[in-house]
Amino acid sequence: MRPFKYVRAADAVGAVRAVAMNPRAKFLAGGTNILDLMKEDVERPNELVDLSRLGLNEIRAAGGGVSIGALAKNTDTANHPLIRRNYPLLTQAIVAGASGQLRNMATNGGNLMQRTRCQYFYDTAMPCNKREPGSGCGALGGLNRIHAILGWSEKCVATYPGDMANALYALDAVVRVRGANGRVRTIPVGEFHRLPGDTPEKDNNLAHGELITAIELPKSSFAKHSYYLKVRDRASYAFALVAVAAALQVERGAVRQARVVLGGVAHKPWRSAEAEAALVGQPASEENFRRAAEAALKGAKPLAHNAYKVELGKRAVVRALMRASGLA
Amino acid sequence: MHDDFDETSGPELSADEEALLKELPALTDVGQARRTFLGQTVAGGLGVFALMLLEQERAVGALAASPEALYAPGAALENPVRVSLKVNGAAKSLEVDSRMVLLDALRERLELTGTKKGCDQGQCGACTVLVDGRRVLSCLTLAATCEGKEVTTVEGLARGDELHPVQAAFIKYDGFQCGYCTPGQLCSAVGLLEEAKRGDVSHVTEDVTASTTRLTDDEIRERMSGNICRCGAYPGIVAAIQEAHSGRERARTWRFVEGEELARVREEVGADETV
Repeated sequence: MRPFKYVRAADAVGAVRAVAMNPRAKFLAGGTNILDLMKEDVERPNELVDLSRLGLNEIRAAGGGVSIGALAKNTDTANHPLIRRNYPLLTQAIVAGASGQLRNMATNGGNLMQRTRCQYFYDTAMPCNKREPGSGCGALGGLNRIHAILGWSEKCVATYPGDMANALYALDAVVRVRGANGRVRTIPVGEFHRLPGDTPEKDNNLAHGELITAIELPKSSFAKHSYYLKVRDRASYAFALVAVAAALQVERGAVRQARVVLGGVAHKPWRSAEAEAALVGQPASEENFRRAAEAALKGAKPLAHNAYKVELGKRAVVRALMRASGLA
Repeated sequence: MHDDFDETSGPELSADEEALLKELPALTDVGQARRTFLGQTVAGGLGVFALMLLEQERAVGALAASPEALYAPGAALENPVRVSLKVNGAAKSLEVDSRMVLLDALRERLELTGTKKGCDQGQCGACTVLVDGRRVLSCLTLAATCEGKEVTTVEGLARGDELHPVQAAFIKYDGFQCGYCTPGQLCSAVGLLEEAKRGDVSHVTEDVTASTTRLTDDEIRERMSGNICRCGAYPGIVAAIQEAHSGRERARTWRFVEGEELARVREEVGADETV
């Protein structure tokens, strides 16, 4: 690991100022992704600003919904009574990710900030436009079994590996951030992460020095009918090949509102407006769920080794909707 | 480590071991001990191996008599950070390179080598310790972030001679073979039981809106998925954690043989007492 200056920030203002002043400084929360990447010489900050003394870990009812502190741990968030009762989809998504130890360390803000990544990003002997812009994409013509089938570009075919954000997107959450000069703004979770385009080195739309302070969940009508399905190479502790955050509001057997967000298929959580449109106003039935699944994967463009994700994605959407609606 | 554990004393040796030890070459320093250790390990049998281990422990024990030397870093630190924390109940204060992770601080600076380095990047769980009672990966925790924290390592689980119930259960159910992942497995299991007591849910919990505290074997497997065991001792690990959690005893497929029974078998096959 390369040498870096360690700074323990006393408050949010100081933390933001410290990082904003140094273009090579980064925030340190749980550290589970950034330290790993620093050990691999992929991330090379020359200063880490430790956020652990900032507080910002409260989970509380707010405006009909819930406000989740950016520095609350994933474990505490998943198990908070307000979340388990009103947003079980979020609980399921969080506990589908990583391991018990990592969830005890990882924070909610840090979870959103984890890098979109693949093996070529980690391997400094290989080209990677995300790690080294302009060097090429090793995965495009390499082994791309786990890579994207939607929204990728010639520059990058990596997938966003997180689970939490998929559920947050389905639940219409917004991210509250604080920037230099005390500027505060909110970003809908769906607009937080980016597709690769020509700038795969940018995973998200935060400016340098902007700090996530909270994630806000509006009142939800999906608590009764939601399900997070994760399909992976082993039963636990692995990234998704395909994940589906499915949420329905069902009235008298008909779907009134629907959310279908796929993970493991694109550079960011992938919400399918086409699938949702196919569901709304229709009876909650397996047949209709199949139509929604077809719509969700219609635009898929698989690479050499991941065509299986198209069919897997369809079946995962159907199963997630079946579980969400209580039909399976 | 508990307060009643005397760090500076060497291991207790029997009279036979003492006699054997005298026949071995004298050791003047740890470097010598290492060289002799390697040579003897290659050339000698298991008895020599065991004795050399004991001698090495003695040599390291002698070093520990000077705690100042132990806590001081070997070379100048690039970005020094002063950290005060509690490790297994004892207050520690040390100056670390900002890059030093808790795992290395424990092993290289505090001489607590029970915590193991496996993958060193958060994939195997061998380095699991408890920080403020919660299981975390010490390989991805900067020592600098542990200011004011309470760290418990595998050395701190037992109360003197009395094993932690999870440790006793691991022995009872053969929850290990080579033992390398075991310190991490133990700390993880202890953390897991606390999480279960709180009613935390997991990926295999059917209804996350209900409060659950009962751990099925599937729940244990899922919750322990961050601890890899290359020997494949998983069935024993699950059984051990299940008993520590519920008190439910698992039928064992083996038992200790009685003395009389052993004698009878020896007589039958005409074996002497070395068999």
